[in-house]
Amino acid sequence: MNITQAIRDILGSNEAFAGKADQLSEDDSLFDMGLDSFGSVQLMLALEERFSVEFPDALLNRKSFATIRAIRDAVSTLVRQEAA
Amino acid sequence: MSTLAARAERAAAVAARHADAVDREGRFPEEAVAALKAERLLGLQIPSQFGGEGAGLTQIAELCSTLGHACSAAAMVFAMHHIKVSSLVTHALDSAWHCRLMERIAREQLLVASSTTEAGIGGDLRNSLCAVETTGEVFALGKDASVISYGAQADLILATARRNPDAATSDQVLVALLADQISLARTGEWDTLGMRGTCSEGFRLEARDVPVEQILPKPFAEIAAQSMLASSHLLWSSVWYGIASYAVDRARAFVQAEARRRPGQVPPTALRLAEVSNAHQAMRGTIVTALRRFEDAHGDADTIGSLGFCVMLNNLKVTVSDMAVDIVRRALSIVGLAGYKNDTPFSLGRPLRDVLSAPLMIGNDRILANTAKLLLVQKSSGQLMSA
Ligand SMILES: Cc1cc2nc3c(=O)[nH]c(=O)nc-3n(C[C@H](O)[C@H](O)[C@H](O)COP(=O)(O)OP(=O)(O)OC[C@H]3O[C@@H](n4cnc5c(N)ncnc54)[C@H](O)[C@@H]3O)c2cc1C
Repeated sequence: MNITQAIRDILGSNEAFAGKADQLSEDDSLFDMGLDSFGSVQLMLALEERFSVEFPDALLNRKSFATIRAIRDAVSTLVRQEAA
Repeated sequence: MSTLAARAERAAAVAARHADAVDREGRFPEEAVAALKAERLLGLQIPSQFGGEGAGLTQIAELCSTLGHACSAAAMVFAMHHIKVSSLVTHALDSAWHCRLMERIAREQLLVASSTTEAGIGGDLRNSLCAVETTGEVFALGKDASVISYGAQADLILATARRNPDAATSDQVLVALLADQISLARTGEWDTLGMRGTCSEGFRLEARDVPVEQILPKPFAEIAAQSMLASSHLLWSSVWYGIASYAVDRARAFVQAEARRRPGQVPPTALRLAEVSNAHQAMRGTIVTALRRFEDAHGDADTIGSLGFCVMLNNLKVTVSDMAVDIVRRALSIVGLAGYKNDTPFSLGRPLRDVLSAPLMIGNDRILANTAKLLLVQKSSGQLMSA
């Protein structure tokens, strides 16, 4: 399963990224592009559902959701922990 | 005496003297603001290299409470000014223009106002309709600002707007606009129940040919999450604490006067006073805990911008604003008619009307709805002594 593509798909359903999610670079700041707290909550919920993981409180900060790369790192760590 | 507390006491004494007139006439608390400037309290938070005193939010909060005890409107003006200054101090240190601005605020004691609320948006500060329109090195902005406290008296307004006319409503920037760079046409009066002296009128704000360097370099999303949410809720709460404390002090004085008249008896109102004192202590504990958590974060963006921190600040605002109303109302029931009348030493009409703004100032339901969203992903309530 391609985590990066899943993140882009989910981002694409957010108003601020509609139609732009596929052009984002891995290091573009999502907050600079208008991701707000509710947008990041929606993103988290969708990722939790999609990958059957739970984000612990320690990861519920802006850094974890700042870029596609940061999100992918967080999700892959959680997926690995889940598998272990 | 020129400790910070003494300077604040002197300014508060001036504010108290004029508080009734400011309220009655619905006018700007000019004497109090002149006193704040004379005591050099408008530049407190500015770092010392720019001529300020580098004060932290806890020190400002203490002053908000001292002023809130004296005159709610003057205290709220002071709080709102420092909320804006905290955004500059936290987010504009790498912008030469804004550093020069901070120097001017400290040196000239400039008063800073805020324009987030917009017609069609209301109190949802994370969305804007108006947009910055850039041509070359300058920009224009037109905003239907339905509430700008002391907009007509401020030397400078920090306004939110979309980054450009094509940006999403949540893709905002914060721009610093000097009074001589804008025109303000009054579109709404401020004839209110309370907080009358904040003169929070509605305006059509027009700015033209403003240098783009006056746009804060950080996106507003970051400014809101890392300084404004915290400074707003902490400083507003401190003002409301000051108002509630004034009411409790009146109630205590009233009960004590009754006790002196009937030696050997505990007046029946003393029981109610004990209840109010209980609520007042809980309110204070809530604010102090939040201030400590803010100080303990040492400006760390990840901590302050975390979901748990945001929930904590939202809860602070909702709890304290409701408690403040409740405490003033209960103080009134202790004092009775002497508090209901406007011309006694125990009058509580003004603080009661003022404090009723607290739950509306960013509506508590709006804040609860925001918390509700965040709770969809928060996993635990934390430990007793740590987050
Ligand atoms: C004393 C004072 C000074 C102020 N000074 C300024 C200033 O200097 N600059 C500035 O920009 N603004 C200022 N404001 C405005 C303030 O920031 C808010 O914008 C304003 O209080 C919100 O007004 P509202 O109730 O009309 O709007 P709205 O935010 O539109 O809310 C209307 C009602 O709907 C409810 N509501 C909204 N959203 C939801 C939701 N999602 N779920 C449930 N309920 C919801 C609210 O709780 C409220 O009851 C000031 C307000 C006060 C009281």
